[in-house]
Amino acid sequence: MARITLKNLKHAYMPNPVNDEDWALKELNLDWDDGGAYALLGPSGCGKTTLLNLISGLLTPSHGSILFDDHDVTRLPPEQRKIAQVFQFPVVYDTMTVYDNLAFPLRNRGVDETTVNKRVLEVAEMNDLTATLGNRASGLTADGKQKISLGRGLVRTDVNAILFDEPLTVIDPHLKFQLRSKLKELHTRVPNTMIYVTHDQTEAITFADKVVVMNVGEVVQVGTPKELFEEPHHTFVGHFIGSPGMNVLACEVKNGHAYIAGKKIATANKAVAKAGKSEIGVRPEFVKFARQGLEARVVKVSDAGRFSVVETDSAGGRVRLLVEEGGAIPSETARLEFDPAATRIYSNGWLAGREGRP
Amino acid sequence: MNKTVNQKAWFFVAPVLILVAFNAIVPLMTVVNYSVQETFGDNVFFWAGLRWFEEILRSPRFHDALGRQLFFTGTILAIEIPLGVIIALAMPRKGPWVSVCLVLMAMPLLIPWNVVGAMWNIFGLPEIGLLGKTLNTIGFDYNYTRQPGDAWFTLILMDVWHWTSLVVLLAYAGLVSIPDAYYQAARIDGASSWAIFRYIQLPKMKRVLTIAVLLRFMDSFNIYTEPSVLTGGGPGNSTTLLSLDLVKIALGQFDLGPAAAMSLIYFLVILLFSWIFYTVMTRGEEQ
Amino acid sequence: MARAKWLIPTIYIIFLMLPIYWLVSMSFKTTNEILGSFTLWPQNFTLENYRTIFTDPTWYTGYINSIIYVTINTVLSVTVALPAAYAFSRYRFLGDKHLFFWLLTNRMAPAAVFALPFFQLYSAIGIFDTHLAVALAHTLFNIPLAVWILEGFMSGVPKQLDETAYVDGYSFPAFFVKIFVPTIAAGVGVAAFFCFMFSWVELLLAKTLTAVAAKPIAATMTKTASSSGYELGLLAAAGTLTIIPGAIVIYFVRNYIAKGFALGRV
Repeated sequence: MARITLKNLKHAYMPNPVNDEDWALKELNLDWDDGGAYALLGPSGCGKTTLLNLISGLLTPSHGSILFDDHDVTRLPPEQRKIAQVFQFPVVYDTMTVYDNLAFPLRNRGVDETTVNKRVLEVAEMNDLTATLGNRASGLTADGKQKISLGRGLVRTDVNAILFDEPLTVIDPHLKFQLRSKLKELHTRVPNTMIYVTHDQTEAITFADKVVVMNVGEVVQVGTPKELFEEPHHTFVGHFIGSPGMNVLACEVKNGHAYIAGKKIATANKAVAKAGKSEIGVRPEFVKFARQGLEARVVKVSDAGRFSVVETDSAGGRVRLLVEEGGAIPSETARLEFDPAATRIYSNGWLAGREGRP
Repeated sequence: MNKTVNQKAWFFVAPVLILVAFNAIVPLMTVVNYSVQETFGDNVFFWAGLRWFEEILRSPRFHDALGRQLFFTGTILAIEIPLGVIIALAMPRKGPWVSVCLVLMAMPLLIPWNVVGAMWNIFGLPEIGLLGKTLNTIGFDYNYTRQPGDAWFTLILMDVWHWTSLVVLLAYAGLVSIPDAYYQAARIDGASSWAIFRYIQLPKMKRVLTIAVLLRFMDSFNIYTEPSVLTGGGPGNSTTLLSLDLVKIALGQFDLGPAAAMSLIYFLVILLFSWIFYTVMTRGEEQ
Repeated sequence: MARAKWLIPTIYIIFLMLPIYWLVSMSFKTTNEILGSFTLWPQNFTLENYRTIFTDPTWYTGYINSIIYVTINTVLSVTVALPAAYAFSRYRFLGDKHLFFWLLTNRMAPAAVFALPFFQLYSAIGIFDTHLAVALAHTLFNIPLAVWILEGFMSGVPKQLDETAYVDGYSFPAFFVKIFVPTIAAGVGVAAFFCFMFSWVELLLAKTLTAVAAKPIAATMTKTASSSGYELGLLAAAGTLTIIPGAIVIYFVRNYIAKGFALGRV
């Protein structure tokens, strides 16, 4: 087990990157605490798998270094990094039994058979695989195969971290929940550092203590699920996490105050905002209909169970808000009030006062 | 995929059935008919029963041809299958060189068989062939038209040249169908290159290699044109394989009865070997 | 070690190219040069051998004959194999497995066994020495292979495609021609490639079933080799020319070769 430190890490797949877009992963400094459960969240193609493969050693970074407990592993191959990885599509060795699959990583490292047997039985028990140990691995269902992949990671006592690359993609919906709970449970029993890559916010939030949100090759925010919800550092985070996502409205900043169509909007970070074109971000949960406030027109109401999602058009753009069941919804024109503590100014996408990388 | 039962599917199969039946059953019946009769020309036939079969099965000539055939097939399988796998493993997985390799390697497969024979005939000539001249220059007494050993060497080298690419292409197709994640997982599990080959690549290639062995077995058992052009079965009878012998009897001596009986035995031998091999190779998957 | 990996395919390809090079270089040599001395490349470069082939009808009609019957065979084999492969991939019917296996056993039949009966059968129905005779004879080997390859490709297409088309109001023939066949175009290409390949390279049957009118180029070569003495240069030039159609076909299907092999099923 180890703390993982990424220092000035950058990666490009092409040999001579020139533009910013040439980097699959832009410069990054990040610490992963020993024994933490992390999720790496972002849309497809944002560089999260690249980052994961850099940590496991399947890729060597073009720039920067990776430290496991202050020990530089940047140039080490995966087998010397003591890393386990579970892939999107289940990888099992078809011709072997479940038992031999689980024993494979240990046997490759020359562990004696009594220890192998002990560890395999332990891990099989943890993963509910005891009953199928003698079966051919190729005959199992997708979730059974993923359990084997996971088991091959857990069976080694020396792993620094277990990495998951969208491991539930091919699992049936009703089994996803079960497997996720299993992972959480395993994390409490075996306090390894776990990094879980996903594009699904529910998976990320339920699994992780800390979520790392990525977009177009860079990390935009690292925080607990609560922090990501309450104080997004980037409009992307606000938009990507939460359902529906954060409202982002065009605004003008003058003397540290935000104005939409000449109307002053109270915000939490007004003092630090620079003058010019900017945006206001506020989550639907913190918008309500009121006597006064921003003028808007109701466009669409959709029922989402305990509450309704109301879409309105304002001078700053589309605003969504949540109205509890039975709450009054104006039919045409209305006025919207934003909770000042949860309303923030963003410039170039970044939270005003926190511009740049985390 | 679960298939629906539909007897009308026979209509779809009918054209294939008619064509193949016309081509397979009528000639096969002709062969069976000849195999139990004796003729002295002029289309006069006498019932011979199973006499030709007994004669063929007892004749040393058939035993020798069958022995040579088995030796030939065994040797080329033992060379072409491992060699093809090794080459496929060493080939690049992606990039511009893949097409170049595939196109160049497939070349021998599309050369008419008699041209292959003629090409090696010329290539091996001791005085004017590149191979023959080179071997003689570096001190070997090589002459495939006079020495049986040299004839065999040339015959096998020619077949390796002609058909190893088929094994390469099949094995390569099996290899590229393996997702990257398998190699990545294996690296993380600390597998050696041997373990990767044994537990990932070989199992994934098993199906295509089964096809490769079957095709090579059948085709090498049927081989006729290339050796006929290269050595004509000689020197003496030293490279007379089954097909060569059969054509000699049937078209050369016009002994229709024995030729037909030999054809049937020959065909049955191929079927039997293929069936045994197929059953053994696929038995594991049924479980 | 991993860095020297490219050496293996490279050496293999050189080994493959040497006999071909020898044939090609010989085709540009004069008979005197071939028989008189050992030269690594043509000293008196000549196109005389090729000129003979392109001006003498006994030579160039051989090419035309070969191309005609190969084309007939390829079209015929693939056309009848398509519906049959569809039936095997989509339906279960009485005797389907036995039929499939029986088809494949024909692929194992030695051409030498069938040469004489074919000769008699085709003479009896009056198509001896026609392109059709060779094309038909080759279907015995090519149809099973085409059915097998196409069945593999078709099984990879989900059945939902068929069902969606019917829901959208396509009749079966319209669906088959307009939607299904284009979907497995790669498979059709690969099957056609294999039919072409076998029909182009086979000689025993092609030679037995023709005399003059449909005689293939390969047969012309063997006759020349024996009758007009040792005209090696001419033989080499004719051989070189038979390599070209194959090389062209490979070039066109190069991207499908690997895939096609993988999708055929046992």
